[in-house]
Amino acid sequence: MKPKETRLQLQAAPLLKQNMTTGQTMRDVLLALLPATLAGLWYFGLGALLVLLCSIAGAMLTEWIFSPADSRFERLSDYTALLTGLLLGLTLPPALPLWMAFIGGAAAIGLGKLIWGGMGQNLFNPALVGRAFLLATFPIAMTTWSPQTGPADFFQISASNLAAPFMQAAYDGVSAATPLGLMKFEQQSTALWALVSGNTSGCIGETSGLLLLLGGLYLLLRRDLDWRIPAGILGSAALFSAVLYILDPIKFPGPLFSIFSGGLLLGAIYMATDPVTSPLTPRGAWIFAVGIGLLVILIRIYGGFPEGVMYAILLMNAATPLIDRYTQPRVFGKGIKNQ
Amino acid sequence: MSSSRNTHVGKGDPGSLKLIATLSFAGLLSGLIIVLAYETTLPTITAYKAKVLEEAVFKVLPGVTSMQRLVYRDRALTVNDQVQKGDEAIFSGFDASGRLVGYAIPGAGPGFQDTIRLLYGYIPEQRKISGMEILESRETPGLGDKIYKDPAFVANFESLSVDPEIRAIKKGKPKAASDIDAITGATISSKAVVRIINEANRLWLPRLEQASGPEAER
Amino acid sequence: MAKHKEDLHQEFIKGIWRDNPVFVQVLGMCPMLAVTNTAVNALAMGAATFFVLVGSSFLVSSLRLWIPRQVRISTYIIIIATFVTVTDFTLEALVPKIHKELGAFIPLIVVNCMILGRQEAFASRNSVRLAVMDALGMAAGFLFALLSLGTVREILGEGKLFGFSLFGPDFEPWVIMILPPGGFLTLGLLLLFFSWVKERKQRLEQRLTQLESEAQ
Repeated sequence: MKPKETRLQLQAAPLLKQNMTTGQTMRDVLLALLPATLAGLWYFGLGALLVLLCSIAGAMLTEWIFSPADSRFERLSDYTALLTGLLLGLTLPPALPLWMAFIGGAAAIGLGKLIWGGMGQNLFNPALVGRAFLLATFPIAMTTWSPQTGPADFFQISASNLAAPFMQAAYDGVSAATPLGLMKFEQQSTALWALVSGNTSGCIGETSGLLLLLGGLYLLLRRDLDWRIPAGILGSAALFSAVLYILDPIKFPGPLFSIFSGGLLLGAIYMATDPVTSPLTPRGAWIFAVGIGLLVILIRIYGGFPEGVMYAILLMNAATPLIDRYTQPRVFGKGIKNQ
Repeated sequence: MSSSRNTHVGKGDPGSLKLIATLSFAGLLSGLIIVLAYETTLPTITAYKAKVLEEAVFKVLPGVTSMQRLVYRDRALTVNDQVQKGDEAIFSGFDASGRLVGYAIPGAGPGFQDTIRLLYGYIPEQRKISGMEILESRETPGLGDKIYKDPAFVANFESLSVDPEIRAIKKGKPKAASDIDAITGATISSKAVVRIINEANRLWLPRLEQASGPEAER
Repeated sequence: MAKHKEDLHQEFIKGIWRDNPVFVQVLGMCPMLAVTNTAVNALAMGAATFFVLVGSSFLVSSLRLWIPRQVRISTYIIIIATFVTVTDFTLEALVPKIHKELGAFIPLIVVNCMILGRQEAFASRNSVRLAVMDALGMAAGFLFALLSLGTVREILGEGKLFGFSLFGPDFEPWVIMILPPGGFLTLGLLLLFFSWVKERKQRLEQRLTQLESEAQ
């Protein structure tokens, strides 16, 4: 690039660069998700692993096909498609037919990212777009939860996992309601320890609250996420459900149950914090986070679905440009009224 | 091309009389054609509607071969074939020997997406429902539309006690004679159907009991 | 005479591909999204629109010298509405089941901007022959668009085509495809696909002329 004899180096700003790159951040997030992912595999067995792999394959293959031929390796090597596929996979039920997981991955990258113009252009979190697409497309398969098999039956794959492409899944018969489903439809609570350790039915990666928090702590120490977003979501959700709980402790779940059940931790730590789809300003981040927290509880209690994290995050994603616009910091010397 | 701007510049500016005449003529002609089309198609349309209703009544009241339209007015049920707006009407079904089998009662109420309209057969002697047919619904395809596409769900209503009240219960739970299996994944639609029938029962069963005097006989 | 014939041909073809009312002009989106959940519904809607458009274009073009400019839009609307109402009654009498599925969207053909657009832009200033050819082309293009959408949505949404099962009873239906979001998604993807085809063709032609000029 530069001739050897030049002493004076000319370079445009920025002159100081951090080590933080997209690839590095994505690697950190993947590492942070590892414990919760392993816990999911421990609880749900080989079938869950296959679901994760199919969702990742769908995402990466779509990215590969629709990238220009000369930048394919570059685009795949920043790990974003891998992370999108993994995040989507973690929000899927473990007994989902594999072909649906694959289509979900393809929809996440295709409809969630590429259609908007590629990385950094998307309005909505790609993994959640993939999940919303799957939930609207295959509502029964996406809400059929299998009970945990545990490590002893690791190699036992549920028959529904292996359904032929485009064909219906045959379920093994035993289905298990998630803690949120039990709460909503049968007014049955689940022990807090089961929720924290992950010993419940649910999506592959959402059950273990403790390990999700651990990964979040790692990301916080690496400064890969804006702490305001998870803090705002969890805080507002806890506060809102505490108020409801005080009003009627029989009908409404308590704040701890609200935080540790369903996908709230997974969503708050790993999905809402996506830098592309969350506000840039600190004030905006608070508004965004509190909005999600309130919406989650509202949907869970008054909506038709037992879980609302996905829709809450997608809704606030849509509001992000507006939030950014209204929370822009004042330009120095401008906009202050005299007296 | 904007006409309003160019009107006064145009050379052959037509007077408003011509404009009115053109529009009136067009309207007149259009009205004529529409009336013609309406009159031509009306018999077919009415016949089809009557057929659909009759089929539905015969379906929810097994063994019925003829029906009558009953209107509730001034605390009495009278036979009345003239459809009027605001009528509260049900249908009585008779078997081949002319004996009253039961009543087909229409009901409507909010479902998951839009209003569900349905018709169900009620046999007063046994205090039982003998069948249910969804006439109109926009429930979610694949889930809520099972309220009429799933034969197992529809079969729930083929001999269902109305006492004390119909309830939609999850599959596999113990049931009373007045309980039905809710559709997995479409609890709201199932419960909507049950609620509609219960509401119609609350409205009509006392009326039927009170009017089971001579007027309701054939 | 030969040139005139070609013109007629041209007016017909442009509606199907180059100026397709849906894929290029993006008109008539309301019926496009609302009633294309099955191929049969799409076909019925397309046929109804076909009849209305061709009939109105014929009438508007024949009467264009007698309709004063100041009241032309109202007159066109009266003509279109008459055709629509007649279609509505006819469909209800002939195919009551499909009529019920299409519901309010048959009367709504009146406000299909594609139809009024053709009257204002073409039929009112061209000969009857040209106007009818144009209407036939546009209506066929609209029918083609409705059918492509309806076909995709029915195949994925129900595993059927024109009511015939394609994959057997075990097919897992893509519920979203029969719902409104599926209409938007499919339409968007089809628009994407057709503009991609178009762009590719243009690029190829450009390459070709470039090569030709280089060769000379």
